Amino acid sequence: MSPQRGARTVRIAGGQGFWGDWLEAPYRQVTGGPVDYLMMDYLAEVTMSILQKQKSRDPSLGYAKDFIPLMQRILPVLAERGIKVTANAGGVNPRGCAQAVAEAARGLRLSGKLRIGVVTGDDLLGRIDGLLARGHELRNLDTGRPLSDVRDRVLSANAYLGAWPVVEALRGGAHVVITGRVTDTGLTLAPMIHAFDWPADAWDLLAAGTVAGHTIECGAQCSGGNCLVDWERIPDLANVGYPIVEAAPDGTFDIVKHPGTGGRISVAGVTEQLVYEMGNPAEYITPDCIADFTTIRLAQAGKDRVRVSGVRGRPATDKLKVSVAYFYGYKAVGTLVYAWPDAYKKAQAADRILRQRLADLGLKFEAIVTEFVGADATHGPLARASAPLAELPEVQLRIGVRAVDPAPVERFTREIAPLILNGPPSVTGFAGGRPKPEEIVAYWPALLDKRMVEPCVEYVDV
Amino acid sequence: MRKPAVRRSGGRAGAGVGAGGKSRGTRVRLVELAHARSGDKGDTANVGLIALKPEYYPLLVKQVTAARVARHFKGMITGKVERYELPNLHALNFLLHGALDGGGTISLKTDAQGKVFSTALLRLEVEVSR
Repeated sequence: MSPQRGARTVRIAGGQGFWGDWLEAPYRQVTGGPVDYLMMDYLAEVTMSILQKQKSRDPSLGYAKDFIPLMQRILPVLAERGIKVTANAGGVNPRGCAQAVAEAARGLRLSGKLRIGVVTGDDLLGRIDGLLARGHELRNLDTGRPLSDVRDRVLSANAYLGAWPVVEALRGGAHVVITGRVTDTGLTLAPMIHAFDWPADAWDLLAAGTVAGHTIECGAQCSGGNCLVDWERIPDLANVGYPIVEAAPDGTFDIVKHPGTGGRISVAGVTEQLVYEMGNPAEYITPDCIADFTTIRLAQAGKDRVRVSGVRGRPATDKLKVSVAYFYGYKAVGTLVYAWPDAYKKAQAADRILRQRLADLGLKFEAIVTEFVGADATHGPLARASAPLAELPEVQLRIGVRAVDPAPVERFTREIAPLILNGPPSVTGFAGGRPKPEEIVAYWPALLDKRMVEPCVEYVDV
Repeated sequence: MRKPAVRRSGGRAGAGVGAGGKSRGTRVRLVELAHARSGDKGDTANVGLIALKPEYYPLLVKQVTAARVARHFKGMITGKVERYELPNLHALNFLLHGALDGGGTISLKTDAQGKVFSTALLRLEVEVSR
């Protein structure tokens, strides 16, 4: 803790940037030095629909299953050190997730020592028809289409809740708060509101906590991971330290990491994370406030310590964002690798042949996308303009198709392998076998009147 | 920070960049002056472009316009380009609409989440005075 900032700081550690992030990170965060809270973000945009599908097969599921063994591993440390957890691992079944954690805690003989807070109220799947009937159209924020267009294909629908129900759970004495669709930023803001008793209309403070949340919500992406500046000299990424917000009551905070860990906390790296997935920077809208990212001040306050100050905020809107997942159709991606000489030309020829065969079969696709990995898959025509195309040692032909119906996609998957023997030469890399058609579950962002959503907090005492 | 390694214009001066295309300045790729990170929001990719040194920021503001970026990504995006300024971070934020073949799970692209539009933007050449 930085001595000049006094004892009233709160340390919130980021432990997971997404479901699938480094399993070691949360353990290292709670054992590597002092922290007060461990924050873990599990829910990407379409994760909810995957969890909904799991829940429909088994009503006890529908949450981030990895969370349970992780909690089993760290619960003794949490109990010993008094570290609290905020996590949206509950997915579409926060109660089921809490029960599973409670069971793990009993197995660790933590009975009588653990109170789990459960935040629900975000799940709108059973309420869609009622909302539509009452004139809430849930229009797609990108396309403007009303949800009624895809009503029969909706798989999940969740409102993004903010920090306040998590605050309520912490005030109620919860050691671990498990939520459904709570915003990533809310999971970090809530401990700050709770610790400093920030009022609900302290917009600058709420915005500061929101910026803190945005900074650590992608885990090590602000502490040296995926950082372009000086990337080869960022030390010891094998032991990268995940970020910790060291927050003060006045809304300033430092981004730090545990001593002895790898990575780097620099103004450059934090800035990269601040602009990540940014829209209008003056209007970063959450359920809790509107944060103005053009007011953020950053300073290197020490080695691996960036100070954030000056954040201004404005009142929250009267809407909540809603994330709807719906069944869209099918897709498949096939690949083949062509070798020198003329690797690129061979891959191009194979693409032409394949497309002609698909056309001759009368197959109808919504899209066919061809990429030449090694030549243009990442930077498109910008890369082709300067790449030594004639001398490339190898090129992977990567061709994807998408259709509403499964039949053309299924047939497409059978048209890749024949090219090995009946197409251009020097081809390999097909050991993975025939590609598999995949169901596409698509994301439908919408807004809903805040008054239509009632967050609910309950407790499981172990 | 290392000094920008300039590439001489090699007869390409006057290609329409910078001060009216008549300057005798030196053309460098943005990668020498800025760093970037990109991500997605639906079918839109965002690219945050950050000056490597504060004194480079005015040059980015002047030369890396939304129109210029739209031309740079011609053939790669189907929608418009919006630009926002963050002078406090010496950064510009670009929204590239229609960049991701539908985006998210719909997209058939390798870079369905727009993760490397960042470095694609850093290929853009700007003009610096010597």
